[in-house]
Amino acid sequence: MELFRLTAHELHDKLRAGEITSVEITQSVLERINAVDSKIQAYVTVVEELALEQARIVDVHLRDGDPLPLLAGIPVSLKDLICTKGIPTTCSSRILQDFVPPYDATVAQKLNDQQIVMLGKLNMDEFAMGSSTENSAFMVTRNPWDLERIPGGSSGGAAAAIAADAAICALGSDTGGSIRQPAALCGIVGMKPTYGRVSRYGLVAFASSLDQIGPLTKDVTDCAWMLNAICGHDPMDSTSVNLPVPDFTQSLVQDIEDLRIGIPDEYFIEGMESDVERRVREAIAELEGLGAQVVRVSLPHSEYAVATYYIIAPAEASANLARYDGVRYGFRAEETTDLIDMYKKTRSKGFGSEVKRRIMLGTYALSSGFYDAYYLKAQKVRTLIKQDFDEAFEQVDVIVAPTSPTGAFKIGEKVDDPLQMYLSDILTIPANLAGLPGISIPCGLTLQNLPVGLQIVGKPFDEETVLRTAYTYEQNTDHHKQRPTLE
Amino acid sequence: MMPRITMDEVLRVAHLARLEFDDTEIEVFTYHLGEILDYIGKLNELDTTDVPPTSHVLPVCNVIKTDKAWDSYAREVVLENAPSAEEGHFKVPKVID
Amino acid sequence: MNSKYETVIGLEIHAELATESKLFCRCKVGFGAEANTQTCPICLGMPGVLPVLNERALEYTIRAALALNCEIPPYSKFDRKNYFYPDLPKGYQISQLHLPFSQNGYVEFDLERERKKVGITRVHLEEDAGKLVHTGVSNSSNMSYVDFNRSCIPLIEIVGEPDLRSPAEAIAYMRAVKEILEYVGVSHCNMEQGQLRADLNVSLRPRGSSEYGTRTEVKNMNSFRSILAALEYEVERQAQVLDSGGSVEQETLLFDEERGITMSMRNKEEAHDYRYFPEPDLVPFEIDATWVEQLRSDLPELPLQRRERLQREYGLSADDALALAATRQMADYYEACVSLSGQAKECANWVRGDLSALLNETGQTIELCRATPQHLADMLSLIQSGAISGKIAKTVLEKMFHTGRDAKSIVEAEGLTQISDEDQIAAIIDDVIDSHPGPADDVRNGRLKAIGFLVGQVMKATQGKANPRLVNELLRAKLLG
Repeated sequence: MELFRLTAHELHDKLRAGEITSVEITQSVLERINAVDSKIQAYVTVVEELALEQARIVDVHLRDGDPLPLLAGIPVSLKDLICTKGIPTTCSSRILQDFVPPYDATVAQKLNDQQIVMLGKLNMDEFAMGSSTENSAFMVTRNPWDLERIPGGSSGGAAAAIAADAAICALGSDTGGSIRQPAALCGIVGMKPTYGRVSRYGLVAFASSLDQIGPLTKDVTDCAWMLNAICGHDPMDSTSVNLPVPDFTQSLVQDIEDLRIGIPDEYFIEGMESDVERRVREAIAELEGLGAQVVRVSLPHSEYAVATYYIIAPAEASANLARYDGVRYGFRAEETTDLIDMYKKTRSKGFGSEVKRRIMLGTYALSSGFYDAYYLKAQKVRTLIKQDFDEAFEQVDVIVAPTSPTGAFKIGEKVDDPLQMYLSDILTIPANLAGLPGISIPCGLTLQNLPVGLQIVGKPFDEETVLRTAYTYEQNTDHHKQRPTLE
Repeated sequence: MMPRITMDEVLRVAHLARLEFDDTEIEVFTYHLGEILDYIGKLNELDTTDVPPTSHVLPVCNVIKTDKAWDSYAREVVLENAPSAEEGHFKVPKVID
Repeated sequence: MNSKYETVIGLEIHAELATESKLFCRCKVGFGAEANTQTCPICLGMPGVLPVLNERALEYTIRAALALNCEIPPYSKFDRKNYFYPDLPKGYQISQLHLPFSQNGYVEFDLERERKKVGITRVHLEEDAGKLVHTGVSNSSNMSYVDFNRSCIPLIEIVGEPDLRSPAEAIAYMRAVKEILEYVGVSHCNMEQGQLRADLNVSLRPRGSSEYGTRTEVKNMNSFRSILAALEYEVERQAQVLDSGGSVEQETLLFDEERGITMSMRNKEEAHDYRYFPEPDLVPFEIDATWVEQLRSDLPELPLQRRERLQREYGLSADDALALAATRQMADYYEACVSLSGQAKECANWVRGDLSALLNETGQTIELCRATPQHLADMLSLIQSGAISGKIAKTVLEKMFHTGRDAKSIVEAEGLTQISDEDQIAAIIDDVIDSHPGPADDVRNGRLKAIGFLVGQVMKATQGKANPRLVNELLRAKLLG
C-alpha cells in the first residue's frame, strides 16, 4: 500500500486499528521524498533519523495502548521559517544558511506535544518574500502538475510536497497569500487562520502585522485537525488572542443550507484567466445547489490592497530584517574594512535581490519626509479595506472568490517584473490586511491541466463557517482527490 | 504624483538599510522601485483625511507578563551561532564612536 | 561666565527600572554578571522571537510619571526606532515616540533658597541596548566585543524642557529627579552602575532673546561631577565660538573625562533617520484611570513636600531638612527616632552628624543600619538623664552601629556610666590639684583660663566618665571658695 498517498485522518484510523505502524508511514513518506524530491525540490532539510526515532517512540506507545493525541505518529513538515530547536532554520536565505535555533517555535512545540513525526523543512521564497518560490537562495521548487511551472509561493515547498505526496501535512505562513496561493496552484487545501489565532512566536517575521501560520493539507478534514493542534493563546506572543478555541472537527459537517455567500464583483478582475473564472463560477453554482444563498457584495477598495500591502509589508520587513547584521548569528562577510563595511557586505551578499528590493522599499517608505505620504497613507487605506469587509459581513457569512487570478505560471516568466509578480497576490492580500481567516480548496483544473483554487474568507475568528463551507463543497466534489502524475 | 525616485535617493536609502549595490544593480533597482512607487501612488486617488490609521486589526490591548525572572540561556548556547566570538563575547570589527 | 549670553540647558535622563526581569523577556536584571550569561533568544533578537511587556515596568513608569506631575494619556503605544549598532540586537530599539505613557509634567526643587520649576515633556518606557567592551578582552586592538546582559533592561526616559539656566541648576534638577525616583522606589539610580544617565542639550542665546540658539548634545553622562564639568566646558566653548563671530554647529558630542573636553562623535557623516513606526509585535495600551488614581494615592510623600513638613513639624533648619530628606529611608529613620525620643533637634544632629559619618565611612545604607531608631532614642534618653555624656555617647553610637547592641547594655558592659557622685569626683580633684600645683595657683590668682586644663585632667583621670558640669562646679568651689 502506498501509505504516502493517504491523508492524516486515514493514516490515523489505520494506525489506531493496528493495521500499520508509524515507522511504516514514515518510511513510506521518506521513500516518496527520495523518489520525487529531485524533481520538485521541495525540501531544504530532511531529518530522516529524527523522524524514524520519533515514529518508533509512538509505535511503542501504540503497542502499549497508551492514550495518544490525534496526530501522534503522523509525519508533518514545516516551512523553513518556523524555528525548530536543533534543526537548521534557513528561511531559504544565505544569511541564515547555517542557523540552528536554540529554541522551538510555539507551533513546533505544540506539534511535538501531539507527538507528530517531524520530517523536515520546506523550501520557500527567501524570508517568505515572493509568490513563486523562485526567490529561494537554494533552489526553485517545481509544480508537481507541471515541472516547468512554479508551485506558487512563498510556501511553495510545502504546497508542492503535499501535492506530490512527499508530505502528509505541512505548516506554512501567509503574509499576503503565501499559503492560499500555492495551495491553489498545487491543487491542495491551505488555510490562513484569523490574525491572532495561532502564535507567531518562533515564526521568523516578514511583516509582523500580517504574518499568520496555517496548515497545508490534502483535504479539509486534515486542515481542521491541524488547526486543532496549532491554534490557541500563547503568552509569548502579545498579538495572540486569548479566546477559546473551538473543536474544528465539529465544523466538518455538510450543512450550508442557512449560509449566505458573498461574491465580490471586484474579485473577478481584468486579466483573470477565463478557465479560472469558469471553475470558480461553477463552484459557486455548486454551493448554491447545495442550499447556500449567493449574494453579490462589493469590496470597493480591493483595487488598493496591493499598493497598501507593498507599503506596510516592506516597511515592517525593513525593520524585521535589520537583525541580520552578521553579529550574533548567521552569515558574516569576510575581509571587510570596518564595521559599516561588514554590515553592508554581509547584508548585500546574504540577502537575495527580492529581499533587498523590499528592504529598500520599506526603508524608503519610512524615511524622513515620506512617512505620511506612504506609511500613514497605507495604514489609513488599510482601515478602508477592513471597513469594506465589515460592511460585507453584515450581509453575508462568508465571501467566496478565486484564490489566484491565474493558474501556475512558467518558471522565469515574472522574475524580471516584480510588479507583475506582486499583482499575482491581488486576491489574497485583502484578507491579510483585514486579518481575516481564509482557505483555498481545489475546484478543478484549467484546460492546461493546472489546478484552480476556490477561496473562502470568513469573519474574524469564524474559521468554523469557513471550514463548514469548504467541507460541504469538498464532500460533494472530487477535485481534492485529483493528484498530479508527476511525469 | 510624486517625482520618481532618483539614483541618489536609492543610494541614500541603501546606506540607511546597510546595503550596497554595484552600478548595474543600482540602475535596475532605481527603475524597479520607481515602477513600484508609481503603482503605489494609486493610493493618492483616495481622500483619507478623516480616516484613522490601522496598525493593528486586533481588538486586543494591555498584554503583559508578570515580573518574574527565569533562567537565562547558557552562554555556550547563546554564542553557538555567532560568526565570531571570544572569551564569552560576540566579536565585531572595532567600533569607533 | 560670559554675561552676554543666557545658558539654556535641557536634560534627557535615562533611569533603569528596578524590576526583577527584563522589559520584554524573562532574563534576570542584574549588574556584574559574566558577559552574555543573562541573555536569551528574545533579548538577543534571534529570528522569530517576540516581546511581551513586563507589567511592573509599566507600573513603575506610571508611578514615576505621576511623581513627576505628568498627565497619563488613556491610550499609548510602542514604536520601533531603527538604527544599526552592534549593541542593538534587533536593529531597532522598542521605544515610544508618538503616544508615550505620560507627558506634560514638571519638577520643583530648591536651589540656594529659591524655588525652581522645570517642565517635563514626557516620560516614556524603552529597552536598553547591550554593552560594547573595547578593553580587557585579549586582542582588542582592532576588534570590539559585545555583551548583551544589559540588552532589554527597562529604562524610562525623562525628557526635560530646556528650562535650566546654568550648570548648577542642571545638577540640582538631576539630583531632584534622582531623589524622586528613589523616593517612589522605581529605580536604584546607582550612577556607577549606569542606572542613571543623562544626555545634555546645551545652547546659548543673547540675554533678553526669546529664541533658542543652536544646541549641541553631550551623550551618555553618568556622574554629577562629569555632568557639571561637561556643562561648564560646553557653555564656555559655545561662548567663545559666538564671541569670535562663529556659529555653533548642531552636533552630538562625547565628553572626554580625562581631558575635560567635549568632542564631536566621529562617525556622524549621516544625519540620523530613525524611521520610527508603530511596533507591530506589541498591542496598544489602554491605561485605566482608576488604576492611575490608585497609583497616585499610593505615592509616598515626595522629597520637597517632606522637607517642608520636616521644617514645619520639627522646627528644623532648611539645611537639616535638605540633608535628612535626601532619601526616603533617611527621612523615615529620622522621623522614627523623633517619635521614639521626642527630641527633634538632637535627633537631627546625631543623624546628620555622627550617624551619617559612620554610614559614609562604611559605605552602608541607612535601611541596613544596625543602630536602629530605638537604639538611638535610648541613647538620647541616657544623655538626657545624665547617665552618659555627649562625648561618651559618640563612643556608644559607634559601638551600637558596629554591633547592633542597645545603648544601655553597651554602657553597662563597658562601664561607661557617667560619674556624678560628688565625693568620688572631689577625691579625684584633690589628686589633680596636688599633681598640678602651678595651674591650680593660676586659678586661685584669678587666671580662670586654667580651669579648662584642670577639668581636662579630671576627665582624663576618669576616662571621660565624670560629669563635666559637676567637675567644673566642684573645681571652682575648691579653688575659688
